[in-house]
Amino acid sequence: MKHTTAVSGLQVRHKSLGRRILDHWQIYLLLLPAVIYFIIFYYWPMAGLQIAFRDYRVSKGIWGSTWVGLKYFQKFFQHPQCWKIIRNTMVISLYTLATFPLSIIMALLINELRGKKFQKTVQMVTYAPHFISTVVICSMITLFMNQSTGLFNNIIEMAGGKRVDFLGTARYFPHIFVWSGVWQDLGWGTIIYLATLSSVSPELHEAAYMDGANRLQIIWHVNFPCILPTVVIMLIMSCGRILSVGFEKIYLLQNSLNLDVSQVISTYTYELGLLGGQYSYSTAIGLFNTVVNVVMLLIVNTICKRLSDVSLW
Amino acid sequence: MKPTIIRRTRADKLFDTLNVILMAIVLVITLYPLYFVLIASVSDAYEVAKGNVFLWPKGFTAESYLNVFKENRVWLGYRNTLFYTLTGIFFSLILTIPSAYALSKKTLPGRRLINVFFLIPMYFNGGLIPTYLVMKKIGMVNQWYSLILIAASSVYNMIVTRAYFQSNVPEELYESARIDGANELKTFFRIALPLVKPILAVMTLFFAVARWNDYFNALIYTTKNEYLPLQMVLRSILLNSQTAMQKVDTSAMDADAIKNAARLAYMAEAMKYALIVVSSAPLLIAYPFVQKYFVTGMMVGAVKG
Repeated sequence: MKHTTAVSGLQVRHKSLGRRILDHWQIYLLLLPAVIYFIIFYYWPMAGLQIAFRDYRVSKGIWGSTWVGLKYFQKFFQHPQCWKIIRNTMVISLYTLATFPLSIIMALLINELRGKKFQKTVQMVTYAPHFISTVVICSMITLFMNQSTGLFNNIIEMAGGKRVDFLGTARYFPHIFVWSGVWQDLGWGTIIYLATLSSVSPELHEAAYMDGANRLQIIWHVNFPCILPTVVIMLIMSCGRILSVGFEKIYLLQNSLNLDVSQVISTYTYELGLLGGQYSYSTAIGLFNTVVNVVMLLIVNTICKRLSDVSLW
Repeated sequence: MKPTIIRRTRADKLFDTLNVILMAIVLVITLYPLYFVLIASVSDAYEVAKGNVFLWPKGFTAESYLNVFKENRVWLGYRNTLFYTLTGIFFSLILTIPSAYALSKKTLPGRRLINVFFLIPMYFNGGLIPTYLVMKKIGMVNQWYSLILIAASSVYNMIVTRAYFQSNVPEELYESARIDGANELKTFFRIALPLVKPILAVMTLFFAVARWNDYFNALIYTTKNEYLPLQMVLRSILLNSQTAMQKVDTSAMDADAIKNAARLAYMAEAMKYALIVVSSAPLLIAYPFVQKYFVTGMMVGAVKG
């Protein structure tokens, strides 16, 4: 606890820890609602994770059900669908991750716009889709891609093409999922980079101009390095969600025709657990998902720390 | 931000032109789907279904909107969501702002530990079923307050707000408040809060968006019709029906009846566009007012957890 400011540091350090805690009781009071909330809504469910290793029975409860060790994990890994589901999840997740640079490029380009009014307009317009709910996005997709009446198919037909059953064709699913996501969050994703870019000192740009650098060189050698730490942080955080692909959107776009590629871990646990009542099995799969995420986060964080000195902690 | 003293070379001008063109394309791609929904919602149902609507409304009519307003489910969902959103924002702010302020105090004993306590659930959590079981146990399922209390906090928002406190309320102010004899609570309410109004606006908007658009928690924790929020109602109307025409048995009908049935089916389709407009408009109208604070809010906040 040596985080005291230089001014008050001396006198504070003389006080005992108990005294200092007592001095701050009002601050702890401000923390209290959030702490209580987190214990009930986040930490208590964590204790419930043990049912992944138990044979959960409603009558016996979380703490009273019989221990079964890794039974449900084995069951999952021996399930014929298991690897398909993991693969589906990875495909969608990695595909989404591959579009990660788009927001960076977009931010760098928005930053280069000279007309400030136009710049503000681009920002305002590209933020808009972020505020639309997943349910509405999915129904827009469904409406636009409808084979007989949808906008996209009307356009395709006008251009001389053949009508396509987009949502009924399994192989289109990852594309639809990822690119509708890009449409929705491309602009929103730029905010954090634009924030960092706005703090780049103009002198750096001037110096680069004096050295005869052109615009692309300035973007690459001045602006990009400035946002690199932010990029790394965002990348680490994305890797910490590697197996968590948006449940809502996948669930809403799923149908029997594309299930082969659209069944992912989160939708599977929902189906088995909440709809099927297989609580322990579903929890085991969910825990596997979380552990993979955390491990990925730790690995990527360590690598980034070694390579670039940037890390989450 | 760019130095104006330096003359633009031809390559610079070319770059700027290409950039503007590219951004214009992005604008069109972003806006057109939204624009299409808008014009389709005021067009004649038949023209929309036949693919005659592209750039402007055809057969201008408010029929779709009238049909939306005839649906009692929509009114109920709207009312519920309005209630969840307004109360939910309030609850979320109570959870987020005071704790963010407390964590911004560098002198607080145990600060690092408390930080870790809040950060862990961001990456590690109980998952769907354990959370559901606990929520059920404490009576959070299918209640009028379920969707207010569940998923009310956001660690990310807390971090952003904490950083905003740190960089926008100078230490000297706290110092002088202490000398003036103000206690900590008074300092928080009277001195710190008024200085962070921009981030309060941003957080209010973020929480409003999360509540208004939430579908997942409603799906898991509410099944009673009377408590369903707008998004659940939307889902059942927007994504449920196949093209209504497919359900109609045309074999036993005469030409007029078929025509009538088709007309109804088209209207059901066109109503969806109006419903999308009605449900998305509030947020799309609200965010531009807070937009100028997004970047400043994020600037100090988001870079490091």
